[in-house]
Amino acid sequence: MMRDLSVDIAGLTFRNPVTTASGTFGYGEEFLDFLDPGQLGAIFVKAVTAKNRDGNAYPRMAETTGGMLNSVGLQNKGVDHFCREIYPKVKKFDTYIIVNVSGSTVEEYVEVAEQINELEKVPAIELNISCPNVKLGGMAFGTVPAMATEVTAAVRKVYKKVLMVKLSPNVTHITDIAKAVVEGGADVITLINTLLGMAIDAERRRPVLSTITGGLSGPAIKPVALRMVWQVHKAVAVPVIGLGGIMNATDAIEFILAGASAIQVGTANFIDPQASIKIVEGIREYLERHKIASIKELVGALRTE
Amino acid sequence: MVFKKNVEDLTVIRNLRLNQRHFLLELQSEQPFSLLLPGQFVQALVKDSPSTFLRRPFSIHSVDIPNKRFRLLIQIKGQGTRHLSLLKEGDKLNLIYPLGNSFSIPTTKDVLLVGGGCGVAPLLFLAQFLNQQKIRPVILLGFRSQEETFEIEEYSKYGTVFITTDDGTAGEKGLVVDHSLLQKEKLDFRKIYCCGPDAMMKSIARIARWHKIDCEVSLENTMACGFGVCLCCITPTDKGNERVCMEGPVFNTKRLKW
Ligand SMILES: Cc1cc2nc3c(=O)[nH]c(=O)nc-3n(C[C@H](O)[C@H](O)[C@H](O)COP(=O)(O)OP(=O)(O)OC[C@H]3O[C@@H](n4cnc5c(N)ncnc54)[C@H](O)[C@@H]3O)c2cc1C
Ligand SMILES: Cc1cc2nc3c(=O)[nH]c(=O)nc-3n(C[C@H](O)[C@H](O)[C@H](O)COP(=O)(O)O)c2cc1C
Ligand code: FES
Repeated sequence: MMRDLSVDIAGLTFRNPVTTASGTFGYGEEFLDFLDPGQLGAIFVKAVTAKNRDGNAYPRMAETTGGMLNSVGLQNKGVDHFCREIYPKVKKFDTYIIVNVSGSTVEEYVEVAEQINELEKVPAIELNISCPNVKLGGMAFGTVPAMATEVTAAVRKVYKKVLMVKLSPNVTHITDIAKAVVEGGADVITLINTLLGMAIDAERRRPVLSTITGGLSGPAIKPVALRMVWQVHKAVAVPVIGLGGIMNATDAIEFILAGASAIQVGTANFIDPQASIKIVEGIREYLERHKIASIKELVGALRTE
Repeated sequence: MVFKKNVEDLTVIRNLRLNQRHFLLELQSEQPFSLLLPGQFVQALVKDSPSTFLRRPFSIHSVDIPNKRFRLLIQIKGQGTRHLSLLKEGDKLNLIYPLGNSFSIPTTKDVLLVGGGCGVAPLLFLAQFLNQQKIRPVILLGFRSQEETFEIEEYSKYGTVFITTDDGTAGEKGLVVDHSLLQKEKLDFRKIYCCGPDAMMKSIARIARWHKIDCEVSLENTMACGFGVCLCCITPTDKGNERVCMEGPVFNTKRLKW
């Protein structure tokens, strides 16, 4: 029997629920030696801001138990460069290209969203209101409900396609932020971004990262991510895309059971650049083994009674 | 030049302990062999080592193209490298390779290679490669002590070798930068290739600049991915922040903000 892996995300049909997380998949090109993007549900490309950003100073990475901290700081060449140089290459991929939009001010988010709106082959943007690695804005928009509503609503006015908003886990009540972005007009919620963390080199008595603190990702954050996906799925009506420490198909299934309609593979791409396509196969195998016709049946199907 | 990157399980055909802290892994590839160039590196997966989450980067130490083999020279630093030191003949080692750019082909025959610590690793492959270009380089290697020297005969096949040790038990006493080769008023070299700890590379770069000698260094910034997507390994250059794993690891020192 054919197993149906396709999922419906706010009117977009992904061929399967497996996508790749922003900042861990470059612009897709770097992966062409390893996989065919056409085998994925969608790819989320690296954050785009209004102007060129150099990002933070080196060192930007610290390995931790079951994960890593990064403080890349949204290094990118700006939206004009993206539209001119990157878009013509990525639009050829046989999958949805979703652009992660970041900024420091409401105006910057709006400016980038307006320009990305013009790109025919980009059916959605993912508003990154959750980056812990920039001084101004970034995460602030994702931690204060009124600000989250404001930036989402401002982008909603100019952006005509599917609007996804990516939430920060660095809050006390994730459902308050989720409701706030839905009120602002979000069609989809993505979560989680990295957890704010820190690493210290005891021998040198110094922080490992140039920025002292950074964003934690990888399996270490999976339990937190699962809990938040579960809470948000119950609290709002829009589809949820879940991520945080997904390394294999079992992890992916757990997120789907908790309420994610699709998942993103992030840090796992660094360890196994073919992790995403292996997860697609693993999900297919799971459906086979449990005799489930469609992955859609599993979304939020956690048994809690 | 663009290389196709592979993710492959290679077979360990030899794990040779050189001394307390260093070992050589000889690996056999089964697949059609990519072109490998000196300066390029691999990202090795350390299996069953819970504290080693990310892959570990190592330079290609020497190659045997007809037999589809190459070697890594590894210094034991922490858990990851200690784990790799336990690999046995017949074990598999998963690598992503080849990664990064390579040392450039020199336009002069007066070439000096300088290495210290595990930074000597890519220099053997480079020396082999230079020999194919009919160049016999001078090779200056720094070690801690006589006990820690290794493969001097191997390097001597491809060039004239000088060494320093921290304690003076072999070669000249001191650091490579203090070697008499580099203390002359006018140096005999037109090109220097260097790999080792940052402080050492910076001192060599300073000497090269002073004598107006072209100098390339291979950086060892910490990496998460190794193939250009995470932007963790950057170094500031004349073109902004560049990725050591893609635009490097080899950089001409003119381009670095040193
Ligand atoms: C492009 C490149 C090529 C390299 N080639 C070689 C090689 O041919 N042979 C070799 O022995 N090593 C090489 N290295 C260094 C090697 O990758 C590290 O020593 C190794 O990752 C340490 O892993 P570990 O788990 O044993 O130590 P960890 O537990 O990760 O670290 C132990 C200690 O070593 C330090 N350390 C870890 N990684 C690095 C690094 N990249 N640079 C400096 N200090 C570090 C840590 O700060 C810590 O103090 C290379 C690195 C790069 C980036
Ligand atoms: C090196 C690195 C860079 C990242 N860059 C971005 C980014 O530009 N925009 C964004 O929304 N998230 C970014 N993230 C966060 C990831 O998309 C993801 O939310 C997070 O890593 C958790 O998932 P994971 O544990 O599967 O990696 C980055 C993560 C890493 C590790
Ligand atoms: S290590 Fe990821 S970009 Fe260089």
